[in-house]
Amino acid sequence: MTVTPETRPPVPPPSRKKKRFTDRLIALVMVPVDWIDERSAIPRGVHWFLFRKVPSDSNWFHTLGSATLTAFLVQAGTGVILAFYYRPTPDEAYDSIRYITHDVTLGWLVRGMHKWGASVFIILLFLHMARVFLFGAYKYPRELNWVIGFTLLVLGMLQGFTGYLLPWDQTAYWATVVGINLNGTGPIVGPFLAQFLRGGDEIGPNTLTIFYAFHMLLLPGLIFFLILVHLYLVVRLGVSSPPWSPERAGAPRLDGEPRGPGLVRPRARGRFAR
Amino acid sequence: VEPRHGDMEPHSPGPSIWPVGFAVGIACVLAGLVVSRPAVIIGAIIAIVFGALWARDAMRAGRHAEEAPAGGPPAVATAADLDYEADTDGEVTRYPRNKFLELSTLGLGGVITAVVALPVVGFAVLPAFRDQVSFEVDLGPTDNFPEGDWIEVNYLYDPAVGDVSRQTAFVRYNGMFQEHPSYTLISNRCVHLGCPVQASGPREDDQRKEVEVNDVRVTQTPVLPANFSCPCHGGAYDTEGNRTAGPPVRALDRFKFDLVDGHLVLVDRYSVAKVEGEGARARIYGYGIQGPGEHVDGFSGWLYPIQPQDLRS
Repeated sequence: MTVTPETRPPVPPPSRKKKRFTDRLIALVMVPVDWIDERSAIPRGVHWFLFRKVPSDSNWFHTLGSATLTAFLVQAGTGVILAFYYRPTPDEAYDSIRYITHDVTLGWLVRGMHKWGASVFIILLFLHMARVFLFGAYKYPRELNWVIGFTLLVLGMLQGFTGYLLPWDQTAYWATVVGINLNGTGPIVGPFLAQFLRGGDEIGPNTLTIFYAFHMLLLPGLIFFLILVHLYLVVRLGVSSPPWSPERAGAPRLDGEPRGPGLVRPRARGRFAR
Repeated sequence: VEPRHGDMEPHSPGPSIWPVGFAVGIACVLAGLVVSRPAVIIGAIIAIVFGALWARDAMRAGRHAEEAPAGGPPAVATAADLDYEADTDGEVTRYPRNKFLELSTLGLGGVITAVVALPVVGFAVLPAFRDQVSFEVDLGPTDNFPEGDWIEVNYLYDPAVGDVSRQTAFVRYNGMFQEHPSYTLISNRCVHLGCPVQASGPREDDQRKEVEVNDVRVTQTPVLPANFSCPCHGGAYDTEGNRTAGPPVRALDRFKFDLVDGHLVLVDRYSVAKVEGEGARARIYGYGIQGPGEHVDGFSGWLYPIQPQDLRS
């Protein structure tokens, strides 16, 4: 028997007591949220960011980007805690690392997470990149996000390079000697780049503090900013379908001028409107 | 049918002299980096002036092209186009004062940003262009260097910096040559990528000497090198420092030396393309100090035109 409005059993009137309770519960949560939303629109933005449509045939490979983000957040969190105890001077750096590893409560764990998490971060970056490449998810209109992602890869590897010196042991020292001298072999600008990285003629206290500043402040700040832009573009452009999907990964593109009104070429609207 | 854009249309903006001047300015900056600092400033001024003129013309030409597209196939301005054109500058009419205020706000903001940012950027970048600091290290009495024997010396080139300035060099006394004492001082820094070169051969640790000079400890260990070799990537050198195998691009760096009150003093390092002959009669093709992996002679040397150096001749 099909259910029609006539045959559907009448909805029993909700019990007054239950309704009042749920109402109160919803109000308890929603009223403060609404209060904030009315004044800032931030909850609306969070809703726009999280509750969006994704292709029905998206799969586990699509989670590699989130995994990379998680790895970065782990690096950021553990890095801040390590900075509580680390001292970036040639006389104290190695001893402070030993102190973190052997004396600080659970210091070995936090340092281990940071050390091994660095490799996890880089590996996940490459896996995520491979997924985007093999799925063709870099195609129009997502090229810019590919470029931003590649910049993030370079910044991540720079994080690896600068972080490697900080334990200040023999491996760190000589690996950095070789790394800086590799930069120095670049034509024309190489010698300047090497001297900038060293902070002088030879590796010394300046090198350690320069690498520390890059590793702690400059590079993470850039990475944070670019991740925000990266995520904004992911939400704005949507998640692409896998190759076996009936949907195409890249959108078809008009030849010639860009569609729609732009900031730089407002005439496009008038011409293509016809 | 949509209009096709290609070489049939005249280029917009048209040809102008400003890009050439801009390129000349940039070339002047690059050449100035090699030759002289004032040329950098002159080149920068040329580049900025011509760049501004270029940008102004480009913007003017772009605006012109919008008003009257030149010769494009369906270039009939419709009413819709004209309407749109009218409100590209915003719905409200712009008064000159309005434009002036906008420009002056942007200009003032730019000046303030430059005043704050330029010293900071300079502070961060300029040390890379500073000249090399020269140093002298007293290696102890010359009696500790018997004729013909290799001594591996370990010292601090800058005691103020501390242990991180520890370096190693190989020293050999070649005897008297034309009534002057001759020493060979070879740096242990591999000229491939800067790893520590080792003396391949027996090492007489039991005969190590430690000398205190000016409260700085110098260790002297006799070694019997058949050659010098690098543990990192297999670079090999003969006992004069010439490359014999592996990736290094030139011979090992050497040090100048001085004799003060019967002490051997190690002075600035310099780079060496190759060494002909041996010992006191060696002919050394020396150059200013350059980083590992950088060619000093031949065409490849042109890739590294400028080196921070302050070497006494």
